[in-house]
Amino acid sequence: MSVTTDTNIIGGVAAKFRTCPATGLDIDLAAQRLIKANAVAAIVFLAIGGLFGLLVALTRWPAVHLLSSDMFYLVLTAHGLDVLLVWIIFFEIAVLYFASAILLNCRLAAPRIAWVAFGLMMAGALLANVTVLQGEASVMFTSYVPLKAPPNFYLGLILFAVGALLGCFIFLGTLVIAKEEKTYEGSIPLVTFGALTACIIAVFTIASGAIILIPTWLWSLGYISHIDTVMYKLVWWAMGHSSQQINMAAQVAIWYAIPAILLGAKPLSEKVSRAAFLMYILFLQLASAHHMLVEPGISSEWKVFNTSYAIYLAVLGSMIHGMSIPGAIEAAQRRNGFTNGVFEWLRRAPWANPAWAGMFLSLVMFGFLGGISGVVLGTEQINIMLHNTLYVPGHFHATVVAGTTLAFMAITYLLVPLIFQREIIWPRLAKWQPYLFGLGAAGISLFMMGAGTLGVSRRHWDITFSDATLSFDYPPAAFLMLGLNGMSGILAAIGGGLFVVIIVASVLFGKKVDASNIVAALGPKPQKQMSDAVTSYGSAGTFHLPGTYILVSIFFTAFVLYYFVNWKYLSELWQMG
Amino acid sequence: MALTSPESKIWWNERIGRAELVWITIAFLWGVFMFSMMVWWHLEGNQNLSNEVYRIAPTKFEEKTEAFTEKYTVREEAGMPVAKPEPGAEVYMLSRLWEWWPILELKKGQTYRLHLSSMDWQHGFSLQPVNINIQVHPGLEHVVTLTPTQTGEFSVVCNEFCGVGHHTMVGRIHVVE
Ligand code: HEM
Ligand SMILES: [Cu+2]
Repeated sequence: MSVTTDTNIIGGVAAKFRTCPATGLDIDLAAQRLIKANAVAAIVFLAIGGLFGLLVALTRWPAVHLLSSDMFYLVLTAHGLDVLLVWIIFFEIAVLYFASAILLNCRLAAPRIAWVAFGLMMAGALLANVTVLQGEASVMFTSYVPLKAPPNFYLGLILFAVGALLGCFIFLGTLVIAKEEKTYEGSIPLVTFGALTACIIAVFTIASGAIILIPTWLWSLGYISHIDTVMYKLVWWAMGHSSQQINMAAQVAIWYAIPAILLGAKPLSEKVSRAAFLMYILFLQLASAHHMLVEPGISSEWKVFNTSYAIYLAVLGSMIHGMSIPGAIEAAQRRNGFTNGVFEWLRRAPWANPAWAGMFLSLVMFGFLGGISGVVLGTEQINIMLHNTLYVPGHFHATVVAGTTLAFMAITYLLVPLIFQREIIWPRLAKWQPYLFGLGAAGISLFMMGAGTLGVSRRHWDITFSDATLSFDYPPAAFLMLGLNGMSGILAAIGGGLFVVIIVASVLFGKKVDASNIVAALGPKPQKQMSDAVTSYGSAGTFHLPGTYILVSIFFTAFVLYYFVNWKYLSELWQMG
Repeated sequence: MALTSPESKIWWNERIGRAELVWITIAFLWGVFMFSMMVWWHLEGNQNLSNEVYRIAPTKFEEKTEAFTEKYTVREEAGMPVAKPEPGAEVYMLSRLWEWWPILELKKGQTYRLHLSSMDWQHGFSLQPVNINIQVHPGLEHVVTLTPTQTGEFSVVCNEFCGVGHHTMVGRIHVVE
């Protein structure tokens, strides 16, 4: 039984706690309610935004061409807004509260203000959505000036951002309280450290957002007469792209968390993993460069330095995680007794557990599809071949859908028993969900990248140009790519829909979780072959990890080959200077 | 584990495993290489985006483009003038809702200075099927040096969303021997 008491007072401040039957941690009920609210809001917007994504994909499939052009641009604007901003950020707030109050065994700072933050975010999201759906704000979620939306569109975004900023301060406040009230010993856990990284970057990006959105709002109201188009993009993307580093930090934290919960994995080296997170903060700079590589009025020196995050040091951070996470998993599994051959540890991982499957697919697809394509796309000269083609959405569906979204889905399968205290309903169906969604997400990423390589424009209603004065035909392969993209979109939508249905049904009707069934509720785990606990080994780095070395070598080879292939294509382009 | 505080309190003194050190070194060097590649291409490569940009009022750019078009028009195509400048000339193409104007006829192997700007919103100059993509802003005149290496009929698709007629915005460049 999980007990609820208010006698459990930490640091002299009354907060109501229950004891977690799995970990023995004290769980602040206010934090628990807020995590639930933010996670539920996130999932609702994922459902809406995902449906919009499906409509977009079906319209871009030339044989289906579902929506009218007006509706297409409207729905595409709403899709970007609801998934990239609303779904991801609501969920990240839930992750921040979890990584602070829950993991640090602490009460959440200022729950009332956290509710205000939630209310602001919700009001902002609704306002922006209503404005878009009314049809006057089909400016894409990037709203590049001088395209102009009604003031309420910008106001909605500003309210949402202010709410998220408050959420960040609640997280930081909770860290301070935990430290003062000594609810943990030594340093904060790695996962919390990752969340801290995400939070620091979030404060920076939200500030950039305010710097650009507030003047744009005033411009839309008529108080400001002119906004510089290049400056707008520069500052807008200081929010838009840097915030992808928030997603990165949050999802890497989850990649560490899930193997820790299910397999007892430990980082190979706390020092290396933390340094890698630190690189995200130190070398983030103006990642907006990625969106400005073929823009006039910005020097090449600036572009080269910023697009590479100072000689690829932030990329280095990700590459380090790319080894230390599979390494931690392999070390844990070898400790668990799966020592046969090179890959028994991976084969015998709990593939029927949706949390595990989602996490591992997310890691692999983010690295191979999203990471490699991102570095190639962000190479100053190669960007000339790819800017604003479908390659760009192809790349970021690999990062933000196959990567972040799938990672968030995976951790949700653990949050439901741990925080909502419910069992996952229909475990058989849940088992398949990450594979369906992962396959669909990989499909939309790859096929959009394929179409982009063939020159197909992003944000474009009609690649047959039927209403244009001058005609143009993309190669037939481009039509094939868009067809395959549409089919993958259906698959992703089914996978995403299943997720929403399973989680909502589990939260409403799932069997209650208490001490008797909490362990089972976390889903299948590998049967340990040896009894000595994983908790006792020292520096895991001393292990020999052949499987990880092979995986990393395959990754690196793919990276290098793909990088050079693109330079070769570039060298065949018309000469320009 | 990753969810709890590090076991050794002074975790920053732990030794880093060899494999990790090797990988960090390789990844770092690869980063340095990729960075150098971009710099090197500026020096030795033939595909770089020019940094020659001027501020200009849209009306002024329109005048310049009209003067250019008047001087070089050789025929009409779909109701649009086709300008055929001499090799090496200053060439103008403007973008506006929803056209690229005028049509150009260039010679293979010759180098031109192409001036791009927008009359209204941002547009995307996407030369197809070559696949050269350049962002076009109102108020900025971007001068790009271009040397066609193929002959044929090429299209300029707009690939920056510019309102309800975005998908009808197609321009044309012919390249002849
Ligand atoms: C069922 C799942 C999804 C499908 C089928 C889908 C499909 C698409 C398609 C076809 C586009 C349009 C590309 C274009 O024409 O330019 C698009 C754009 C986009 N998608 Fe998705 N998507 C899905 C889920 C997501 C998720 C979960 C996210 C974020 C976490 C996301 C983020 C975006 C963004 C930011 C854009 C760009 C919008 C713009 O250009 O303004 N998508 N998606
Ligand atoms: Cu346009």
